[in-house]
Amino acid sequence: MFRFFASRLLQSALALLIIITATFFMLRFVPGGPFTAEKAVTPEILRNLEAHYGLDQPLWKQYADYLGSLLRGDFGPSFKYPNRTVNEILGDKLPVSLELGSLSLALALLMGIPLGIIAATRRNSWIDYCASTFGMTGLSVPTFVVAPLLVLALSIHMGWFNASGWYSPEDRVLPSLVLGFAYAAPISRLTRGGMLEILSQDFIRTARAKGASELRIIFKHCLRGGLLPVVSYLGPAIAGILTGSFVIETIFQIPGLGREFVNSAFNRDYTLVLGTVILYAALIMMLNLAADVAQAWMNPKVRLAR
Amino acid sequence: MATLAPPASPEQVATATTAERGSSLWHDAWLRLSKNRLALFGAGVLVLVSIACLAGPLFSSYGYEQQFLELGASAPSAQHWLGTDTLGRDLLVRTLYGGRISLAVGLVATLVAVTIGVVYGAVAGFFEGKVDAVMMRIVDIMYSLPFTIFVILLMVFFGREIILLFVAIGAVEWLTMARIVRAQVMAVKRMEFVEAARSLGFGKSRLIFRHILPNIVGPIIVYTTLTIPSVMLLEAFLSFLGLGVQAPMSSWGVLIKDGAEKMEEFPWLLYFPGAVFSLTLFSLNFLGDGLRDALDVRSSKD
Repeated sequence: MFRFFASRLLQSALALLIIITATFFMLRFVPGGPFTAEKAVTPEILRNLEAHYGLDQPLWKQYADYLGSLLRGDFGPSFKYPNRTVNEILGDKLPVSLELGSLSLALALLMGIPLGIIAATRRNSWIDYCASTFGMTGLSVPTFVVAPLLVLALSIHMGWFNASGWYSPEDRVLPSLVLGFAYAAPISRLTRGGMLEILSQDFIRTARAKGASELRIIFKHCLRGGLLPVVSYLGPAIAGILTGSFVIETIFQIPGLGREFVNSAFNRDYTLVLGTVILYAALIMMLNLAADVAQAWMNPKVRLAR
Repeated sequence: MATLAPPASPEQVATATTAERGSSLWHDAWLRLSKNRLALFGAGVLVLVSIACLAGPLFSSYGYEQQFLELGASAPSAQHWLGTDTLGRDLLVRTLYGGRISLAVGLVATLVAVTIGVVYGAVAGFFEGKVDAVMMRIVDIMYSLPFTIFVILLMVFFGREIILLFVAIGAVEWLTMARIVRAQVMAVKRMEFVEAARSLGFGKSRLIFRHILPNIVGPIIVYTTLTIPSVMLLEAFLSFLGLGVQAPMSSWGVLIKDGAEKMEEFPWLLYFPGAVFSLTLFSLNFLGDGLRDALDVRSSKD
């Protein structure tokens, strides 16, 4: 188990380095810089600006300097907000996105898993059909259609929620519901499939023959194996929820990291873009690692395969 | 049975053998698919939507960028069946034109993804060993990368070109296909006919492309069908953020974005593009699920 964890950690660190390098050089080679938009910048001022941010240094030195400051936990100054560092901006925005993301993930699991279990145990009943309709809807109706429709119905017509913003606890409801719903759908499908797979195994028949109650069979015998597909889906789901929040944050005007990332890319705020990408990548990899460990813990096959 | 069966005529023998040949994998699959009403519904809707998008604009007197500013945003009427947007552009024509773009992105980007995925997966599965370990570890790592972020960066920095959109989306969506093809290739390459072909001295690429891949067309078709909706979603996602297709061109993502911005006063601008897009994705998913069941791709007893 420890070796498994260590090798995964190493792999993640390597991938992170690749991401940092790729993004860094991509940003340096794109046409147009952060100061090209500024009107009437004389060559002299431009040179001063570049000197101020170290952009006049040779590329390899910039890269080395950046890696060095990253190791100290310093993401550098923002190019577009002269008075703020990237650390401050990320520190402001990250908690919002994390809150939205964890609420959505919790909702997705709370909706998806029970629904999948019920659908699997009552196979081909009306509730199974409802669950599969639900799953299909979640796969086929994108969040950026569901969200405006819900805003139109519940905020504008009924007046139950604010149409946008992130102030009161009620403001959390619609965004996390929409984002959670999109991932509840695949989770319910995976749960159903996994549970059906296990329910057809011989040891379940044995348990039935020994007179174990249906609840005991589901929770004691099936759940651990049946949820394996869901656990291995958690990594991609988390990545999807984090990037899915770009759209949700835009629709509901939530001051989170996703909106900041898109804006910073439009503004060509190199350091802010880099910082956001690194933060996202690190976050997604950490959570992926956690999902991998959970999977290895639940399924010995994964551990032994390596 | 009391009735005497007449001796089989030559024709009957002939039909029996063709029936036997006909009940191949594909024939069975077709029978199963044709019993799946949702899948048929999906296929029908897809055909209708495609025909409408391709042919519809030809029969309209309005262009997709043609503005009737004095009209402004008008509700559905006899002249403009789905109404007009704030610039007085006909929504029906724009939805159909947008459909062309969205469907084209779906098809082309999927083609890119499938090509990469199939070749990559086939090579990894065929050579196994170290090659496979390295190639699949790369896929593992790429799975955990925030790819959407890179697509966004690409689109922002290198201009919002449709070609780039095809390539960028295709480059992201091939991973699952690679995994599936690899597993299938590994299973098929152990079969006797591959052994036989190898003993005849055929080269590796001939073995892969002529002998192994044709035998795993089923799973490839299924996952291609299921890749199209996710590709279309990604395109719409990017367009919604303003990073995909640019005005005055339209795509379903662009129209939904416009609609969402103006839904308070002109809700039809959101309803129709949203409905057509969702309906198309529904159909693709139904068809993909149906194909998967019909071709029995998953070995589970589900």
